[in-house]
Amino acid sequence: MDDRIELIAHLMRRVGVGETRDELEKLIERPYENLVEDLLNTDELIDPDQDVLSRYLPAGSLATEVMSTPGSRWIYNMANGPRPLREKMALFWHHVFATAYHKSAHARAMTAQIELFRENGLGNMREILLDLSRSPVMIDWLDNSENHADAVNENYGRELLELFSIGIGSYTEDDVKAVARAFTGWTFRQPWPRYPYSEGVTPVFTFDATDHDSAEKTFLGRTIVDGEDVIEILVKEEACARFICRHLYNFFVADESGVPSWSETPPLDQAAIDILAAKFMESDGDIREVMRTLLNSDFFKAARFTRVKSPAEFVGGVIKLAGAPKFPDFSVTNLSPAAALMGQSLMNPASVEGWHTGAEWLDSGTLTERVNFAVKNVTDVTQPGIALIVARVAAAGDATPNEFVDRCLDFCGPLDFSDHSRATLVEFAEEGGPLSFDNGASEEAAVRIGRMVQLIVSAPEYQFA
Amino acid sequence: MTTKLQKPPVLVVIQLAGGLDFMNTLIPYQNGIIRDARPAVSVPGEDTLPLNDELAWHPSARAFKDLYDAGNVAVVQGVGWEHLGGPGSDRSHFRATDIWHTCESDKISTEGWLAKVVREFDPHSENPLTAVNFGLGLPRSLAGPDVNVTSVGDLDKFGLMPEVELEEERNQDIDIFKRLYTPKVSTGNVHDYLTRTGRSVLQSADMLEPAPAQYSSDVEYASNPIAKALRDVARVHTAGLGTRIFYTQHLGYDHHSMEGTQLPKLLTELTEAISDFLQDLRNHDASDEVTILVFTEFGRRIRDNGSGTDHGSGGGCYIIGDRVSGGLYGEYPSLKQEDWLYGEDMQHTIDFRSVYSTVLEQWLSVDAIPIVGGSYEQINPYTATVEAAR
Repeated sequence: MDDRIELIAHLMRRVGVGETRDELEKLIERPYENLVEDLLNTDELIDPDQDVLSRYLPAGSLATEVMSTPGSRWIYNMANGPRPLREKMALFWHHVFATAYHKSAHARAMTAQIELFRENGLGNMREILLDLSRSPVMIDWLDNSENHADAVNENYGRELLELFSIGIGSYTEDDVKAVARAFTGWTFRQPWPRYPYSEGVTPVFTFDATDHDSAEKTFLGRTIVDGEDVIEILVKEEACARFICRHLYNFFVADESGVPSWSETPPLDQAAIDILAAKFMESDGDIREVMRTLLNSDFFKAARFTRVKSPAEFVGGVIKLAGAPKFPDFSVTNLSPAAALMGQSLMNPASVEGWHTGAEWLDSGTLTERVNFAVKNVTDVTQPGIALIVARVAAAGDATPNEFVDRCLDFCGPLDFSDHSRATLVEFAEEGGPLSFDNGASEEAAVRIGRMVQLIVSAPEYQFA
Repeated sequence: MTTKLQKPPVLVVIQLAGGLDFMNTLIPYQNGIIRDARPAVSVPGEDTLPLNDELAWHPSARAFKDLYDAGNVAVVQGVGWEHLGGPGSDRSHFRATDIWHTCESDKISTEGWLAKVVREFDPHSENPLTAVNFGLGLPRSLAGPDVNVTSVGDLDKFGLMPEVELEEERNQDIDIFKRLYTPKVSTGNVHDYLTRTGRSVLQSADMLEPAPAQYSSDVEYASNPIAKALRDVARVHTAGLGTRIFYTQHLGYDHHSMEGTQLPKLLTELTEAISDFLQDLRNHDASDEVTILVFTEFGRRIRDNGSGTDHGSGGGCYIIGDRVSGGLYGEYPSLKQEDWLYGEDMQHTIDFRSVYSTVLEQWLSVDAIPIVGGSYEQINPYTATVEAAR
């Protein structure tokens, strides 16, 4: 197996949910750096499928059950859309700026925030924090609409510092109070009354000068008045560069320790964070620049299978492998609920803490959901993705059990399995008796290959990206 | 005085995530300063359910009042810890929750206090059901190296590969699964944890499978998540599978706003679910060996913010059960303005590790010091010290 296809497979697992073997063989025709540029620059790309999807799976449809429609469409686009990194960046910011539907119960407001992350997820940190601070669903989620000049509510101010920018240890309680005061008057309004128009209209940001504390405050030793001053200071802080880059590393490169430990536990790869943070500072918080550095770095290229897939990635990866369900099959709306059972309810995290990632995704309950979902979705060998694997394995001709297993792992990935797991699969292949693909993909051959794929997706290694 | 239980003692832990407003659950209803400090969230005095001349239950905690009046609720007042980082430190949900989960208030730890208890009860990891969590995601309090616990999202569908229709094929798949998850050499911490989790799924699924069918009950639980979770606890506890620790969470207590409408809903759900659960256990003759411990990561600020309350300190715990000697324990934090911590917070009067130590030693009969990391003064909320059945 050549390293080139393994490298591109790795890249595609990280910027999306993985790519099919056939697609990978096309992608390796282009230099790696050019692929990265294609992924980073998709703003001009027209995607007509989205119009069709919108007709059937509207982003802010009414009475959605825990956002199953827009959440499923999101996973679907990570797997099948033409701009996987754009979707993945939106997921990244959603991890960092965890906001949940369950408080506002306003689907359009919630999806509007995710749309901001899609549009500007590779933009400048300053704009991203401004977008966030003006996002009506965030204002509602962290009560900034209840943050008044004469009655300060610290919720948004605290989380902006602790969870969204510089992290614990970089500010004092007085800074929290100053930031909260600076954001007084940042609120939203409903253009039409919410009732009886329900969620039909997206709320809009509004600055209420009469409810703004316009006195001078001291924040990180500097004089500020407004929330914009706060953000201007934050994006120039090295703590912000390091905090956001560590998040990027945790999301795209390798599992880090939990966020609360970051103020005292050094990063997994200090040199990598130094490189990314330097690029962040040098580019004045340009996330596209930081991501270009990250994706082209040696530490990224070497970090194969070092992250536990998040549920959204896991679900997306399985449907990519199976080639199904595909729109207009309406079972695509089950994708987000499936990820929710694995512990990641998109647009509905339990709290502003967001999700605990890495090994904390896995416990006996969520592992059960993952294995069951994967097995269920690859069982039918007539599904396009599985049929393709069957055809390619069979087309390569007769195989010893060893060759058979290697071939299946190759066409399901390529995947890197431990010696023990590989040996276990070889034993299973041996138990099934001699394998002949003389007649191509006979029914028996399809069953044998299908069973092997089932076991591959339930193996421990399949939990990693 | 000691008393012998017929069955090994069981602890049910309920975490109220977000930070319950203790002052608005057990309300100092006669105190004008407090009422003036929190006009937006205060319940009118006449609506509260007095328990003495000073304190009253929130009207939505009626089920707690009834249990309290029957002598089944020990309220531990003013629970917290010293904020070593200075004024207002540890006001992060993250940090505060971790402190409760790991018993480490001055450094980061990833080993949970209940995981250490599990290791005491099941040193050779023989029973993955020694501790069972109901919910999506395992709390850190149950996480620790070499500790095997079970986390159940949906008790009725717990098991591997139910979609593989042919039984022979499914059995074969599960056999291969078991071999895949039994590596001969270690391949790193995360892989070891994952493969151990995979093996325990198989074992716990086999053990849990008969539980739902064996259970029947006259108690009709409400259809909210906490009621559903406690019904699941009842189903597994009554199945007698050796579970000593149950854990679940009730989400949504972070009332920065709309506390007046949000808190009553949650308190009603919580207190009725606990009341139904206890009744259910009694009907099954299975309440004697159960203690419920309810905790939350922190209390809230004394002054309201015009709509809700911000993160504060001085919360409370509830120890509930038939063996509990009901009443008030610890001291309600001083309400005098000059005593307010940093001029805005309730001063805690008892360390949370005192509560843990009490439950560990007096209920579970395990040595508390290595688990909570020190010696903490205990309260006496049981009718008699339990001599555990073995």
